[in-house]
Amino acid sequence: MREEWAGFKPGKWCDEISVRNFIQTNYTEYKGDDSFLVGPTEATTKLNEKVKALEADEVKRGGVYNADTFVVSTITSHEAGYIDKDLEKVVGLQTEMPFKRSLQPFGGIRMSEKALAEYGYTLNPAIKEIFTKYRKTHNDGVYDVYTEEMRLARKAAIITGLPDSYGRGRIIGDYRRVALYGVDRLIKYKQDFMSTLKGDMTDSVIRSREETAEQIKALKQLKVMAEKYGFDISNPAKNAKEAVQFLYFGYLAAVKDQNGAAMSIGRNATFLDIYIERDIKNGVLTEEEAQELFDHFVMKLRMVRFMRTPEYNDLFSGDPTWVTESVGGMSIDGRSLITKSSYRLLHTLYNLGSAPEPNITVLWSNNLPDNFKNFCAKVSIATSSIQYENDDLMRPEMGDDYAIACCVSCMKLGKDMQFFGARTNLAKCLLYAINGGVDEKLKIQVSPKFEAIKSEVLDYQEVMEKYNQMMDWLCDLYVNTLNTIHYMHDKYSYEALEMALHNNEVRRFFATGIAGLSCAVDSLSAIKYAKVVPIRDENGIAVDFKIEGDFPKYGNNDDRVDSIAKDLVVNFMNKIRAKHTYRDSIPSTSILTITSNVVYGKKTGSTPDGRKAGEPFAPGANPMHNRDTKGALASLESVAKLPYEHARDGISNTFSIVPNALGKDVSSQTKNLVKLLDGYCSGGGHHLNINVFSRELLLDAQAHPEMYPQLTIRVSGYAVKFNKLTKEQQDEVISRTIHSAM
Amino acid sequence: MLEARIHSVETFGTVDGPGIRYVVFMQGCNFRCKYCHNPDTWNCMGGTIQSVQEVFEDIIKYKRYIQGVTLSGGEPLLQIDFVIELFSMLKKEGLDTCIDTSSQTFDPSNLELMAKFDKLMDVCDYILLDIKHIDDSKHRWLTGWSNQGVLDFAKYVDSKNKTMWLRYVLVPGFNEDNDSLNKWKNFANTLTNVAKIEVLPYHKMALDKYKKLGMDYALTDTIEPTKEMVDNANKLLNGKE
Repeated sequence: MREEWAGFKPGKWCDEISVRNFIQTNYTEYKGDDSFLVGPTEATTKLNEKVKALEADEVKRGGVYNADTFVVSTITSHEAGYIDKDLEKVVGLQTEMPFKRSLQPFGGIRMSEKALAEYGYTLNPAIKEIFTKYRKTHNDGVYDVYTEEMRLARKAAIITGLPDSYGRGRIIGDYRRVALYGVDRLIKYKQDFMSTLKGDMTDSVIRSREETAEQIKALKQLKVMAEKYGFDISNPAKNAKEAVQFLYFGYLAAVKDQNGAAMSIGRNATFLDIYIERDIKNGVLTEEEAQELFDHFVMKLRMVRFMRTPEYNDLFSGDPTWVTESVGGMSIDGRSLITKSSYRLLHTLYNLGSAPEPNITVLWSNNLPDNFKNFCAKVSIATSSIQYENDDLMRPEMGDDYAIACCVSCMKLGKDMQFFGARTNLAKCLLYAINGGVDEKLKIQVSPKFEAIKSEVLDYQEVMEKYNQMMDWLCDLYVNTLNTIHYMHDKYSYEALEMALHNNEVRRFFATGIAGLSCAVDSLSAIKYAKVVPIRDENGIAVDFKIEGDFPKYGNNDDRVDSIAKDLVVNFMNKIRAKHTYRDSIPSTSILTITSNVVYGKKTGSTPDGRKAGEPFAPGANPMHNRDTKGALASLESVAKLPYEHARDGISNTFSIVPNALGKDVSSQTKNLVKLLDGYCSGGGHHLNINVFSRELLLDAQAHPEMYPQLTIRVSGYAVKFNKLTKEQQDEVISRTIHSAM
Repeated sequence: MLEARIHSVETFGTVDGPGIRYVVFMQGCNFRCKYCHNPDTWNCMGGTIQSVQEVFEDIIKYKRYIQGVTLSGGEPLLQIDFVIELFSMLKKEGLDTCIDTSSQTFDPSNLELMAKFDKLMDVCDYILLDIKHIDDSKHRWLTGWSNQGVLDFAKYVDSKNKTMWLRYVLVPGFNEDNDSLNKWKNFANTLTNVAKIEVLPYHKMALDKYKKLGMDYALTDTIEPTKEMVDNANKLLNGKE
C-alpha cells in the first residue's frame, strides 16, 4: 500500500479507481449530537470579514467586482490568486484576484461580449476577432444547425433557457479522486483506456480517442495549475489539509475550464472525514483545525463567480453557481453516511453566516440518526439555507455514492453524467392547443397549422385531444433542439477536466424539463369541473378566459385534480421516451423551473385557470400561489403524488412557513419539521426546499436591503441572497404561499 | 350518516394541541367575541356540509404525519353528535383527539345533553378551554354570554380527569390587569388537571377579514399587548419570569 494511505483499511479501492469502496471501507459513522462543534478560528473570522467586504463592494459596483476582458480562462490561464495568503488554509481562485470574473468564450463570444458590456467592460478586440474569425464557439455551431422552427419556438419561449449560448453544466467530476489517487494515477487510468481504443476507426472510436486525449491534457494542466500554488498533486494527499486542498484544486480547474450553469461539487464531507479522523487519531489535527478546513473550503466555494448576461439572470436570478454539495444519506448496508464532518459542513452556516452557496443538499432518509435529523431541522429553521432530497427514493437505483447536480438531478459520482436540457412550457402548450399553434403573445403561427378550438365553452375532451397532439409536436421539436445543442457542446466546449474525473465508460442522461405544470393542471381542472369561456380577440385568439363555478385546485390533496397532474407528467415523459436522444442517453425529465417561472409567466398569456397574462407561474412542481388552502400537508401530499419514476431528474417543491406555524418553541418546531420531512419522504416526495420566515420579514428586507446583507432564502432548487433578486423576483417570492397558523 | 358544517381545515396544525395535528374549523358559534379572528365561522348556516365519513377519510390521509386531530371553530360542540362520532372513529385509528372550545353549550340542567358530554369525555383526550374573563359582566361584554357555562364546564372536565389546556387571550384594557389575572389564576388553581396555561397575546390580524366581510370591528382602538404585559401575564398565570 502507498505510504500516503497508511492507516487506511485496504480494499478494492487500492487496485482500481473506486472512491466509493474507499469510503465504505474506511468511514466512521457518527450518531451523536452537535455538541462537539466549535466556532470559527481567528483566521476564519478575519478571512470571512475580508470576503464579506469584497462582496459588499461587488454589490456596490452593480453586481460585478471586476472582470477579465482579455485572458481566456483555461485551467492554467491565470497566476495564483489569494484573499490573504497567510490566513488561507485552502488556496486557489478562478483568476489572479478574488471576485474577478473570468472570460469564458467557448460557449459563445457574443454572450461574453454582452455580459461584459452590461457591467461597463469592453471585450478585448483581439479576443473578439479570434473567437469570431478563427475559433468557432458552441453557440455558432448550434445556430448553424437550428431550423427555422427551433428558432421560432425559442423566440416564443415555449422552449426556454436552452444551454445554446452558455455552458450546459450539470456534470460533476469526481473531485475526490484527485485527493485519493493523485493526478498521475488518474492519467495512467486514461492512458490505459486509450491503448484499448484501436481497430476500425469508426466515428465512435475516433471520438473516444479524441475525448480521452483531451482528458489527459486537462489532467496534466491540473497539475500545472496546482504548481502555481506551490503544490505537487501528482501523488495522493497525505493528510486532511492536503485532501481538502487537492479536492478543491480539482473543482477549481473545472470552473476555470467551464462556465456551466450548474457546477456542482459532489458529496465530499464523509470522504474528507476519513482523512480528518485519521489525523485526529494521529494527534496532528484538532477539532478547531478540522472545522477551519471546512470553513475555508466552503468560503472558497462561496466565491465562485461567472460572467452572466441580464437574460441569463432573468432565468437564474441572484448569481447562482449551484456548487451543490450533497450530504447524508444511507449506505446500502444499512449504516447512515453521517459522520462528524456532515455536521462540520452544515456548521459552516453558523461560523460564516448563512449563504446560498454551496447549495447544501441533505439526502434525507427516514433511517438517518435522530440527532442528525434534529440538527438539520435546527439549521433550516435558523438559516433557510438547506434543501432536502429523498435518499430512500433515489438510493434503490442510484446506490450510495451519488450526488445532486444543480438542484434535483442525481447522478452516480464518476459514473453518470447528464445533458442538461432546460425546460418547456406546458401551460403555453395548452394555449397553443386552444389557439391552433398561434402564439397568444406574438400572434404568429409557431407550430404547424392546427385547427383551433372554436366552441363557446371549452370542452375537456376536445381540449385534451388537441393538447395531446400539440405536445407531440412540442416534444419532437424540443428533443431535436437538445440533440443539436449537445452535439455542438461536445464538439466546441467539451468538459475535458470534468470527464477526466469520470470512469472511462459513463452512463449519460438526457434531461428535459417541464415549466408551468400547476398552471396547466389547474387550467385543465377548470375546463373539466367549471365552465370556461374563452374571450377571443379580433383574430380569434383566446386572450383571456371567463370561469364560472369552482374547480378543484392542485395543492389540496384532491385526487380529482392531482390525477390530472400525474397523467400529464406521464404523458409528457412517454413522448420524450419515444424520441431519438443524443449519444444513446437515457431520457428523463424534471419538474423544476429555477426562477424562470417568472419569465415564463411573463411570456405566457392568460390561462384557463384564471391566471392573468404575464403573471408568474409557481416554481417547480409547486401549486399555484395561495391556491393550496388546506395547509402545508395537503400541499406537500399533492406534490408527492407526482410519479418520480416518470420524472427521475427531479421534482422540485419549495416550501415556506412562518416560524410560529411550525410550533411554539424551537424544540417543537424542530420536532415538527423532522416529522414533516419524514412524512413527505415516506409518501414518495422527492425534493423540498425549506424556508422558515414571515412575509413581514421579506417586506422589511425589500425595503431595507442594507439591514439584511446575508438574508438567504430557498427559491427553486437553490438558495439565493434575497437582496440579489430583482424587484420582480422578490415580489414573486413574497406572493408565494407562506403557510401560517390560522 | 352524520353530517356537519365545516368552515375549513388546516392539515398542519402545530399550535392547537400537542404535536402535529389535523385541525377542523367547524362552522357556527353563538359567542360574538369582539376580538374573534374567525368571524366568518359565526354563521350557523354557513360552511360546507360534509359527512363524518368524508371528514374521517380526509384525516386518515395524513396519518403518518399527525399525532392527532383538533376540532376548533367556530364552536365545535354546537355539533356535538358529529364530534362524538368522529372522535370515536379516530380513536380506533390510534389518533388522539382534542377540542378547542368555549363550552358555550354546556348546561348541567339538560340531562340529555349531559349524557352526550359524558360520551364526549370518553373519546376526547385533550380540551383546550378559553376562559376569557373571570368576571361575568366583563365576559358578557366581550362575548354576549355569561361565563357560568364555561366555569361549570371546566369543573366538569376536571371531575372527569381530562387533560385541559387553559387559554387566556390577553387584551389590554380588558383583562391584562393584575386583578383580573389573579382572580383567573385563583380559579385555575381549583382545577387539578390543567396541563398547560397558554397566554395568547391579542392581535389585530383579523382586521382585514372584518373589512372584507363588511363587519364593524369593535376593538379598533385596542392596542396589541406589549412584551411587558405578556411577561407579566405569564408570570402571574404560569409563575414564569
